Amino acid sequence: MSKALDTMLYLDGVSVSFDGFKAINNLSIIVQPAEMLAIIGPNGAGKTTMMDIITGKTRPDAGEVMFDGRTDLTKLDEAAIANLGIGRKFQKPTVFESHTVWDNLAMALRKPRGIFATLFYSASNEDEARITEILETVRLLHRKDEFAANLSHGQKQWLEIGMLLAQDPKLLLVDEPVAGMTDSETEETAKLLREISVTRSVVVVEHDMSFVRELGSRVVCLAEGSVLAEGSLDQVSKNPVVIERYLGR
Amino acid sequence: MLTHLRNLLVAVLLFLAPAAQAQQIDIAASVAAMAEASLKELATIVTDLAATGDPAVVPALTALGDGDLYADETTGRVLIQRGSTVTDPVTGEHVELGADADLSKIRVNNSLRRDIAAALAGMTLMSDNPATRLSAANGFLANPDPANIPLLDEAIAAETNADVLRAMQNARALTVLRDSESSIEDRQAAVPLVAGSGRNAITILSSSRTDAPEELVASINAAIAGLEQERAVWGALQNVWFGVSLGSVLLLAAIGLAITFGVMGVINMAHGEMVMLGAYTTFIVQLTIRNNFPGLLDYSLLIALPAAFLVTGTIGVGIERGIIRWLYGRPLETLLATWGISLILQQTVRSIFGPTNQMVIAPTWMAGSTEFFGLSITYGRFWIVIFALIVFFMLLLVLNRTPLGLQMRAVTQNRRMASSMGIRTPFVDAMTFGLGSGIAGLAGVALTQIDNISPNLGQNYIIDSFMVVVFGGVGNLWGTLVGALTLGVANKFLEPYAGAVLGKILILVLIILFIQRRPRGLFALKGRAVEQ
Amino acid sequence: MLTQALFRALDRKAIWVIGIFLAVAILVPMANLLIPPGQFGHVPTYLVSLLGKYLSYAILALALDLVWGYCGILSLGHGAFFALGGYAMGMYLMRQIGTRGVYGNPVLPDFMVFLNWKELPWYWQGFDNFWFAMAMVVLVPGILAFVFGFFAFRSRVTGVYLSIITQAMTFALLLAFFRNDMGFGGNNGLTDFKDILGTPVQAQAIRATLFAATAIALALSVLVCSMIVNSKLGKVMVAVRDAESRTRFLGYRVEYVKLFAFTVSAIMAGIAGALYVPQVGIINPGEFEPGNSIEVVIWAAVGGRGTLIGPIIGAIVVNLGKSWFTTVFPEFWLFALGALFVLVTLFLPKGIVGLWKQIFGRARAAHPDTTPKASADIERGEDPATFGDAQPRPAE
Repeated sequence: MSKALDTMLYLDGVSVSFDGFKAINNLSIIVQPAEMLAIIGPNGAGKTTMMDIITGKTRPDAGEVMFDGRTDLTKLDEAAIANLGIGRKFQKPTVFESHTVWDNLAMALRKPRGIFATLFYSASNEDEARITEILETVRLLHRKDEFAANLSHGQKQWLEIGMLLAQDPKLLLVDEPVAGMTDSETEETAKLLREISVTRSVVVVEHDMSFVRELGSRVVCLAEGSVLAEGSLDQVSKNPVVIERYLGR
Repeated sequence: MLTHLRNLLVAVLLFLAPAAQAQQIDIAASVAAMAEASLKELATIVTDLAATGDPAVVPALTALGDGDLYADETTGRVLIQRGSTVTDPVTGEHVELGADADLSKIRVNNSLRRDIAAALAGMTLMSDNPATRLSAANGFLANPDPANIPLLDEAIAAETNADVLRAMQNARALTVLRDSESSIEDRQAAVPLVAGSGRNAITILSSSRTDAPEELVASINAAIAGLEQERAVWGALQNVWFGVSLGSVLLLAAIGLAITFGVMGVINMAHGEMVMLGAYTTFIVQLTIRNNFPGLLDYSLLIALPAAFLVTGTIGVGIERGIIRWLYGRPLETLLATWGISLILQQTVRSIFGPTNQMVIAPTWMAGSTEFFGLSITYGRFWIVIFALIVFFMLLLVLNRTPLGLQMRAVTQNRRMASSMGIRTPFVDAMTFGLGSGIAGLAGVALTQIDNISPNLGQNYIIDSFMVVVFGGVGNLWGTLVGALTLGVANKFLEPYAGAVLGKILILVLIILFIQRRPRGLFALKGRAVEQ
Repeated sequence: MLTQALFRALDRKAIWVIGIFLAVAILVPMANLLIPPGQFGHVPTYLVSLLGKYLSYAILALALDLVWGYCGILSLGHGAFFALGGYAMGMYLMRQIGTRGVYGNPVLPDFMVFLNWKELPWYWQGFDNFWFAMAMVVLVPGILAFVFGFFAFRSRVTGVYLSIITQAMTFALLLAFFRNDMGFGGNNGLTDFKDILGTPVQAQAIRATLFAATAIALALSVLVCSMIVNSKLGKVMVAVRDAESRTRFLGYRVEYVKLFAFTVSAIMAGIAGALYVPQVGIINPGEFEPGNSIEVVIWAAVGGRGTLIGPIIGAIVVNLGKSWFTTVFPEFWLFALGALFVLVTLFLPKGIVGLWKQIFGRARAAHPDTTPKASADIERGEDPATFGDAQPRPAE
């Protein structure tokens, strides 16, 4: 408990199994405030399940999951966790396709989430300015009135990142943000995430090694539900076990 | 030879019997004397006749007891008249009545009738025929008289047939129990025997309490309590059987749905109509057989099985190819479209066969019932339970041990992967849906035995079937089995307390509450993959 | 706050729809009462009641559309809320019969006298008061929907599971209301009404008034629904429909969103039922039939779900068709209805409104084909990892 203090995210000895299959096995990870952590690992390593546990979608069988040093995430549901300040971007971009780009952001914007607060909500000038700002950041201002369904794959990724920003979270969980992006877009994304990590904690899951290199952050390699190696990208990628199990020879 | 021996034995017996102050009398004269006898004299004559132990007196006594014995006022002769035949009570010969015959009934009262019954029972206790002896023993049981104890003792000693022996022992035990002359130990010892005597033991025991000494009443009460407990257990078991029987019907109706809903994720609201079509197929098959091959009538249900499977299976494949395949991944739309199909099928059948109920007669081997210990089991229900289990295990076998089953599971788990491995997924879809529909047809064949065959038949089962599948857990055949049996038994246990309708409402409410607790049913699959 | 919401609600389309039904509320009764029979433009009284029945169905269809079309909850039990509202109204009308019943009992309705009941059951108390009855019209369906929805949505019973248990709910109520012991007239239901608010229900003026009330209620329902769907909450509802778990990760309490929509919708259905009963003159347990509730779904589907005008058009068109068929070809009505279910789901997923937009090209070309595709996304799960590295699942 005391170790969790002053951390943004604290996972200790977390395990979860589905029908006897151990998806996460005694996993321990710590993320400091205003720190970026990149997570790599082969398919089935438990990366998405780890995100599911942090965001309350899956309950762990054992272990401790603490947020901001004091909140036990295993007792809360998805909505409560999101409202604590944890934002998540999914592996496959999931935006609300039958809403416009603008409405997607308006819904994500950090505002009271209650039923009647939402029913009688009217956007203030301040809110509109914030949305416009985010639209500029994610370069979607010119498409703000279009339905999200009509965006390209890369633009949906950006919109989802924009929604993360609108949520104004303390901790961002970003699952494969650059899949389907061009090289320049990838570069932009890395830059954006680095900027965000100046003030917030960011956890990025990615397979794209050059992208991970650009992030320049601490790296954790997961395999079979637990930590295989940890350190800078260079340290991790030289680790013989990592080469054996993930990167390949 | 044997008759000889028996007569000898009877003679010896009667000699020993204190009630039978053995003295040879003229049977014919005694019978003739009945014509003019008063009730009191009749009683003496009956006793005397019974004391002869001669089977020849049996017809006369039987007729007297039944009120078939008449005196001809003209001739003074005593005669038996049954319908239009008139016979001589002693010789048994046919008698032609004279034109001036004037028959008047020889009247008896209840107490005399009892005497006659007891006398006859004593007479027939030594008959050659075990059935006659059995009914004699039961006669004693119905009318215990301490005077008969020695008679019964001798009969018991000579008896070889186990059933008859048990009946005699029961009769003796009851007689002793009711006999105020017997010792209290003997009477108490008789209590458990009486308690084990069968169905009416509780009534017999409670009527034996009158005039019994205190300690005897206590042991009788204890025996009654034990019996009532036993009866409660058997009653519960009977309820379990009724529940299993209802559960097997639910299983039959739901199992096809478990395939289409559980394995394919398709909500088939026309499932009930598949059951209904199976029932109508049975009706047509039986009609055809009755008109053309009456000798095969007993096998019409067996012949209807493959026919119903093929008819409903083919229609199922047609529905899948024609409509459902366009709606995969849109379960709510599938639900609406199949509801539309169900309306069309119902109206089609109504237009062809009319709205009235049709009949399918049960083959002889399914008629009647049997007693299994304390349970009464009708053969029709019994075969439905067996049939449901056979269908269940066959289906399990198909799913787990055949190439089609393997392909079905592969498509269920990962359609794209299965497709890229060369499995023809559209074919598998059609076959799966056909299989589910075909099984509904089989259910229809079975339901002809317990339900009316009408266009609305399916509607009565569709909601129940969904409840079973949802309760048991989707995608799990064992869950369907357990779900069906649980709901069947629960329904039958609630019925006595709440009544049939309220019981059913309670079950629905309980399932709704249950789904709140476990949205994925009793046997839910776990894991990240199914949490969507 | 409210004014802003109202302002938002009254977009061009909503103003048109509301305006039309307010006009209908005035014009049809006038055509009935002021134009003498036989003269051009006269609307006979039976037709007024028939149209009133259609409009109450339209409210019901709109209520269902609010949960299904906008929030993705396919309720197969909305007929139950409609019937409960109807029964509440029926109970008021029964109490107004007074001594004019066959048995002439001033307090007990005929069927209770017939069953040898000595006094009015507690749940019939107060229904002699019109306003109490009207409160019950709103409260009974509302509370049932709230309690049912609270448990169902909290446990995340979704999709077809929810549809099935709503169907079980209405089926259970059907069985319950068939029982004489329930005290709602059993099989025969409540009928032989005499007065409403002191005036005979059969009176021409009352029929016209009931029609006007139904048309106004429909206009108000459109206003309320428009207010909801045009608010941010309405957008969240659509988000829940299209990607429920994503909405949760944004911090919205999906269960409360659904509960709100479900309860509002049930109240609307109850009001529709209360308006329906005096116009048709009877309410019986048949209204709880699961088939009735599914029919409501097809009204919404035919007209076009996820729109405000669609379900209204659907309810009126399908019921006109039903009236026509059942007088001309009664045998074929079920064929037609069945075919409608199949054809609409296969070829007309957006209903008449969608077809209209397609033909007249008023829809922006950019509008995505959301309705079918989005729901497909939900059912398959929006997390593609489920296909990728999930372990194999046994089939049995």
